Amino acid sequence: MADIKIGAYICKGCGLQDRLDISQLEMTATRDGKAVFAKTHDMLCSQEGVDMIKADLQGGDDAAANRVMIAACSRRAKVEAFAFGNTPTIRANLREGVIWVRPDEDEHKETTQEMADDYIRMGCAEAKAQEPAEASAEQQLDKHILVVGGGYTGLTAAIEAEAAGYPVTIVEKAAQLGGMTAQLYKKIPSCSPYADPQDTGIDAMIKSVEDNANITVHLNSTLTRTSGAPGRFAADISTESGSTTTENFGAIVQASGQKLYDPSGLSQYAYSGNADVITNLEMEALAKAADGGPIKRPSDGKEVKSVAFVQNVGQCSDEEDQLSYHSGWGDVVAIKQAMYFKDLNGSDCDTTIMFDNLRTPGAGGEDFYRSGQRKGITFTKADITEVIAGNELEVKFKDQILDNDTSMQCDLVVLDVGTLPNSGPDPYAPAAEEDEVVVNVDSILNLDYRQGTDLPHLKHGFTDSHFICFPYETRRTGIYAAGPVRRPMDLAQARDDAAGAAMKAIQEAENAGKGMAAHPRVGDLSFPSFRKEGCTQCKRCTVECPFGAINEDEEGYPVYNESRCRRCGTCMGACPVRVISFKNYSVETVGQQIKNVDVPDEFDEKPRILVLACENDAYPALDMAAMNGTEITPWARVIPVRCLGSISLSWVTDSMNNGYDGVVLMGCRRDDDYQCHFVKGSAMAAERMSKVGDTLSTLNLEPERVVIHEVAITDIQRAPQLINDMAETVDKIGMSPFKF
Amino acid sequence: MTEIVATNETILVVGGGISGMTAALEAAETGKQVILVEKRAYVGGRISQLYKYFPKLCFPTCGLEINQRRSKMNPNLTILTMAEVTDISGEAGAYTASIKISPRYVNENCTGCGDCAKAVELEVSDDFNYGMNTHKAAYLPHKMAHPQRYVLDPAIIGTDDAEKAKAACKYNAVDLDMQEENIELKAGAVVWATGWQPYDANKIQPYGYDRMANVITNVEFERMMDPTGPTGGKLLRPSDGKEAKDVAFIQCAGSRDKNHLLHCSRICCMASLKQSTYVTEAWGDDASSTIYYIDIRAIDRFEDFYKKVQADENVKFIKSKVASIVENKENGNPTLHGVDTEGYHRYATEHELVVLAVGMQPSVDKDAFPIDITINEEGFIEPSSENGGVFAAGSASDALDVNRAVQHATGAALRAVQVVNRVARAEG
Repeated sequence: MADIKIGAYICKGCGLQDRLDISQLEMTATRDGKAVFAKTHDMLCSQEGVDMIKADLQGGDDAAANRVMIAACSRRAKVEAFAFGNTPTIRANLREGVIWVRPDEDEHKETTQEMADDYIRMGCAEAKAQEPAEASAEQQLDKHILVVGGGYTGLTAAIEAEAAGYPVTIVEKAAQLGGMTAQLYKKIPSCSPYADPQDTGIDAMIKSVEDNANITVHLNSTLTRTSGAPGRFAADISTESGSTTTENFGAIVQASGQKLYDPSGLSQYAYSGNADVITNLEMEALAKAADGGPIKRPSDGKEVKSVAFVQNVGQCSDEEDQLSYHSGWGDVVAIKQAMYFKDLNGSDCDTTIMFDNLRTPGAGGEDFYRSGQRKGITFTKADITEVIAGNELEVKFKDQILDNDTSMQCDLVVLDVGTLPNSGPDPYAPAAEEDEVVVNVDSILNLDYRQGTDLPHLKHGFTDSHFICFPYETRRTGIYAAGPVRRPMDLAQARDDAAGAAMKAIQEAENAGKGMAAHPRVGDLSFPSFRKEGCTQCKRCTVECPFGAINEDEEGYPVYNESRCRRCGTCMGACPVRVISFKNYSVETVGQQIKNVDVPDEFDEKPRILVLACENDAYPALDMAAMNGTEITPWARVIPVRCLGSISLSWVTDSMNNGYDGVVLMGCRRDDDYQCHFVKGSAMAAERMSKVGDTLSTLNLEPERVVIHEVAITDIQRAPQLINDMAETVDKIGMSPFKF
Repeated sequence: MTEIVATNETILVVGGGISGMTAALEAAETGKQVILVEKRAYVGGRISQLYKYFPKLCFPTCGLEINQRRSKMNPNLTILTMAEVTDISGEAGAYTASIKISPRYVNENCTGCGDCAKAVELEVSDDFNYGMNTHKAAYLPHKMAHPQRYVLDPAIIGTDDAEKAKAACKYNAVDLDMQEENIELKAGAVVWATGWQPYDANKIQPYGYDRMANVITNVEFERMMDPTGPTGGKLLRPSDGKEAKDVAFIQCAGSRDKNHLLHCSRICCMASLKQSTYVTEAWGDDASSTIYYIDIRAIDRFEDFYKKVQADENVKFIKSKVASIVENKENGNPTLHGVDTEGYHRYATEHELVVLAVGMQPSVDKDAFPIDITINEEGFIEPSSENGGVFAAGSASDALDVNRAVQHATGAALRAVQVVNRVARAEG
């Protein structure tokens, strides 16, 4: 490999020339930073400036430079201009990081220049410690997509992925395709006009799948083992009769569907033992059985003349053994089923929907509600007291509008029961208490991962999913949940969701094939590797990886499965012996920056404060503070990190040993409403740092020299304040005794 | 002249809000060539103007940063700002789109240094803050604006101010001669993600939005509570700058109403629940929020958040469609009149500030859509095979919250990929 040749490029624009001694910076880059040359430009981001850099990178091993250190604006600015392919490119932030946060006065000139000089040293040190990232070719392009579940969502995912040119295999546990949708008489309308129930279309979907040569279907089958990683999953598909075939896949869609809540335990609804009190799903069977004629009640076959739809049964409830959430579709389904009676049993059939908050959202929902009103469905805001069985059923309730207790007689009662996800066991479920009854849930995927057999749960048993911005991101790379296993949803939403999951699956198959990371570091070619001779087989990396990417081999060494890795560096932060690294991010790339800051001796009275800031939230907050001109102490040296979880304790102890006076760690919120993009990284860091006080004590240092803060991207005032607070702390407790 | 390479394997995404960005990024990260056309001077759309998201109460700019970073890093994605699609012709796999690019008067030399803003004097209405304040006529739309490039308001073109901006720029970035451009692009598929606009509150006459300073909209309230917003994040009412501790939220302001929007806008209930937490956060036990509603539509797992807000003693719920608002001239308080339908009680209740939970009006121009497409009564694009290779994403398809818009947009990206992959196979 060619020698490391750092080209240092220093911009004079945006006021840098007015505020800083540029020739001094050049000297720092070549003398301290060991750059092979330092060049300046009036406007480095101009085409001319960029072309100058590009010219220096031409010529392969003979190129003038093979590392680029740009001292200009923040790494968040002019990203497109300063993109030099695979060449390690480091940004020393002199604009937002230095001149915009320091007052333009003579008395501050010296410390401002020192800041800039340090960022140049740090930039060169990082450039030197980085290596160009290259894909390992651990996996190849495998376009084959596995869809687990052959219900409406799974069929849709299969059809959509195939239409994009990707072969699909469906594994379905039951003896036929169609899932719960096949049990429906009709569906909620999914296109305009939203006036009447529509055919589900499930038979046509099943036929199109069966007729499609690029879609293979395994019925009566489950996954008995899934191993590998995106781009090279291997799945054992086993039939009920015991035969197993193994197939390879690029990515997986899990569409394992839902179960409906069983109301048997809720005695107030008189469901148990009364044929004429039925669930909404049983109502579908009843409507199907009517075969176009009037719907008859189950007990005696009497044609139904009046029906009560009791909403929110066992859901939206604080009671134990009930669901705290809502199905989202229960009220729209009740309207649909009330229409069955209006259409099949005549418009004089009394259909009453007893609701709490009627949830008919969107354009389709509200149109359908209005259509229901036009068809003469009665809507009563009711608090149900009980259902009394008998030849004629009685529903007792409080009418919320008339504010009185009343009741209704009817032939049939339909209970609006909610939905439960058909997910596998949660790998992160807390261990059961001793006397707790544990209900064993069958695994869906049978992953042979170190961290459990299935997708982690988010809430209420629904599979992991980013709550808002990135719904398909799960903690198991390349496996995308879709449909009601992910969150409660109706068919129209499941259709969209299946397409979205199929999109993510084909994307991941493609990117894994190129050795590229998945979201959020898409395109990153680096991957973690470890120095085996240094590894103590302590297993912390395999335990702490938020994505379950790391398995263990027979001897207890980590096995990385790089395409499962999201490149957050939590493993690197976890490793007590510092043997894990990425080519473009390692203990060295940050450690060398820390070591290359000039730490003046005690008598200079110039403290040094190390700030390690999450690159997605705290660092942008500091950038924006700089745009506002908010001052930051000249003692601070800020280093962006991929995630707080990647912070090696050695960075903290080394900085203390090198005479830094304080360390400020800024990461994302880490509780249940966590905002860490690597889910657990910030929390892991906090846990590790909770023990740092002991280390400081052994060094006879005050514990307040190291602080960890949760910082949001909106903390534009607070983030600089936290750094300045540390300067005050240092002022109070005095300089570190570890200066040389 | 803007030069862009586009072919029948290119995906054109119209609208750069959360849905458009998502569709564009998902396709680009699958290796497709994508051109994103955004009308505003920056991407991110309405989510960039939100203070917090429900139900996590986290910050939209956090996800925006990730998406902007993805955009900056991805060579497959080209973003055109201040650009609008004026016409589309052709068919799936072979479209030609006409695009009008309005002059920004600042070219890509801009370094974001801000010298032009310092030089000009004229202040213009700040659209990012829904006109609640003004900013310089040379401006960066907001702190995180991507592209990070200033804009000159057309109002200063031809004035001394414009010359001052030009003179202040050391990088020849200010180009006062910039003209509107019209370009044509090829595309195999089109993702239509033009999003929504807040329903015009002026049209709801009984609520007096146009007459009473202390009647504001939910989107304005978001800006007010944002620390970077017009009041620096302080809950102060517009009429007199007094602290507003007693706040009323009126649901379905324009939604579920045959005189206004027929549809339920889905997000407004959750948005008001969220905004009630802002009031409590600002004033603690002195806070009072009253939510006037028809139905609280906390869909599926949002129920948890509804329960959390219900548990806050400072938040009251009244099932009522407010009939009218009258201002108390003495103290500027709006007085709400109506009937509490639970028990049928009439009320006339004063509050210090009223927030209208205005609904989502789709930004889909039914009468001037650039190509034949199926649009429903409410103005949303319907899923239809007749739409060819044009696919709606996000709130162009229905009133959707962010999570569902992203979900929908990811699916829309796949449908666009299907078309361009077919083209690629045919072209071999």
